Amino acid sequence: MVHRKAGALAIMAALLMSSSAIAQEKRILKYNADYDPIPLAAMEALIADFEAANPDIDVQLNNFDHEGYKTAIRNFLTADSPDLANWYAGNRMAPFVAAGQFMDVTDVWDANGLNEALGSAAASMTIDGKKWGVPYTYYQWGIYFNKDAYAAAGVEVPGPEGVDWATFVSNCEKFKAAGIDCLTTGTKALWPGAGIFDYMSLRTNGYEWHMDLTAGKIAWTDESVKKVFTELAKVQPYVTANHAAIDWQDAAALLVQGKAANYVMGNFAVGVFKEGGMTNDNLGFMAFPEITPGIPRSEDAPTDTIHIPSGATNVEDAKKFLAFVASADAQTKLNAAIGQLPTNKNSTVAADDPFITAGFKMLSEAHALAQFFDRDAPAEMAKAGMEGIQQFLVQPDQLDAILERLEQVRGQVYK
Amino acid sequence: MSAYWKANQRRLAPWLFLAPGLIMFAVYVIAPIFQSMWISFYDWDGLGEAKWIGTANYAELAGDPNMVTSFKNNIIWLALYMLSVPAGLLIAIFLNQTVRGIRLYKSLFFFPFVISQVVVGLIFSWFYAPGFGLLYKVIEFFTGTGVAILADPDLVTYGIIAAGLWPQIAYVMILYLTGLNNVAPDQVEAARLDGAKGWRMLWYVILPQLRPATFIAVVVTVIGALRSFDLVSIMTSGGPFGSSRVLSYYMYETALSEYGYRMGYGAAIAVVLFGIMMVFISGFIWKMWRDETER
Repeated sequence: MVHRKAGALAIMAALLMSSSAIAQEKRILKYNADYDPIPLAAMEALIADFEAANPDIDVQLNNFDHEGYKTAIRNFLTADSPDLANWYAGNRMAPFVAAGQFMDVTDVWDANGLNEALGSAAASMTIDGKKWGVPYTYYQWGIYFNKDAYAAAGVEVPGPEGVDWATFVSNCEKFKAAGIDCLTTGTKALWPGAGIFDYMSLRTNGYEWHMDLTAGKIAWTDESVKKVFTELAKVQPYVTANHAAIDWQDAAALLVQGKAANYVMGNFAVGVFKEGGMTNDNLGFMAFPEITPGIPRSEDAPTDTIHIPSGATNVEDAKKFLAFVASADAQTKLNAAIGQLPTNKNSTVAADDPFITAGFKMLSEAHALAQFFDRDAPAEMAKAGMEGIQQFLVQPDQLDAILERLEQVRGQVYK
Repeated sequence: MSAYWKANQRRLAPWLFLAPGLIMFAVYVIAPIFQSMWISFYDWDGLGEAKWIGTANYAELAGDPNMVTSFKNNIIWLALYMLSVPAGLLIAIFLNQTVRGIRLYKSLFFFPFVISQVVVGLIFSWFYAPGFGLLYKVIEFFTGTGVAILADPDLVTYGIIAAGLWPQIAYVMILYLTGLNNVAPDQVEAARLDGAKGWRMLWYVILPQLRPATFIAVVVTVIGALRSFDLVSIMTSGGPFGSSRVLSYYMYETALSEYGYRMGYGAAIAVVLFGIMMVFISGFIWKMWRDETER
């Protein structure tokens, strides 16, 4: 018996030693992320490529539930920091940067020529003149439309270049006559309404004005804000009536069924439209119409990013990983798998997907890219703003009260 | 030591038995109450440095239109939730008879209380849903245009309360059913000999005997109305544009939701809610204490 015990101990010891030997060979890189199944598979493939190129590094991906991650990140950054963490660009990362939770990675950008290659996303990754992470994907917003609904209402189907604002509004009257919602949305979760507002704002007063508004430099009671809502009021009567009670997927169903004609959405919705039975033949995409002539065209393109937390232990390898994720080849492969757009301008996109190619062209020719209302504005302002937009879409006569309340919130948020 | 123990054993033993519970209660209930009060004097995002701002959070609360909406909704909740007490009593009296299969009927009436509030919220959201909801379709059939209750800022709170009443009535009913089991049959018999029936029998003979059940029913209904959170969260997330918010949901929104993380402000709302609850709870405790000392 004694011998057997000693033998078992020896085996245990040998096992322990061999496993620690493996650990010494490979340096561990802990990565916390919040991928849905399809992006998760794509990122695992990217990690496999990275490990093949760097055999001495072992990336340990710890995937969280998408919604739970937003709470979890605040805990693990302070308590048990990984070496890499997913987050978003723009004002969304500002609280973490201000609290010193993210590491300055300007050197990764400089050393790998990213300032040029990731030029379109550079501004949204910069705070205080430094870069705080690396973007790996984004997607375009625009108007998705049902060509069958256009045909049913006897309205001419817009071409790839889209229509002008006056035509869009007059089309809405024809849709109304045919009993079809001209513009659909589902604002139960608030943010889909903000997409419509973003475009009204970007097209009426331009990107720089929109950024000033979300940065709190323009009073909500200002005449220029009212101009935006005046334009929004033109389509307000044609928006799906009960949008405040439905989710964006429910509104997508209305578009699929031909009960609605147009939908201001992000490209991620294409998957839902196609699951509902739409094809490249009857699903159309166009940029949001120009409203004020002569304003350079800017777009919403929310960017997903990877950061190094300040508490990271393996910083050197984390920076290697960021450089790899930023590279043109890695982004081409990753985004082909998830059906989104690479942020690296030297990447290529699938030519057989009309929405991806249209989006890539649209964003690369854009004057500037906004992140999205709830990423450009600070959290509290975003919440109040989106509620105000939702209320305006239901009760347009309350505009003055809405703007006054938003102005009050502005006074509290930006000190 | 052992001499002291021998002398005071009877005095100490209850405290020793109570100690585990008391310690848990102090650490997980009493201490957090004071911590919340403490945080409510700070401006803190949960990550960075907390900044002492004195009573500024409370000053902001006083002028916050969202707070007014939440407070108003809480009062509506409190008032309408009270309907579950007479409604539960009515059903309990109706079910308190001996017919074949009454146990089955009782358990069917009790069913809404067994299913989770989240499921209740989902069922009612579909019931109200524009386009395919049953209620929407019925209203559309009779009036020509459907009403999306959860998208209408004036109706939404009532819609949620209706969903909340469904399980709450079942709960009150079960409290009264057990109470009715304890109604003394000789007193009912005596009253009947004296010619009491109908309302007079209910009011003068049955209800006084149901007082303990009524007390518990009112307590759980008041507390249930004040902590209404799950239904609001599931059915509307406080929308449309914040018109169905209640205090507990507004607290969650400001402190813990995606667009929140104003810990100090959220804590200040929690303190106000705690104050309101304390008014009711101390009233209840005072009544219980009075009843016990009178006996």
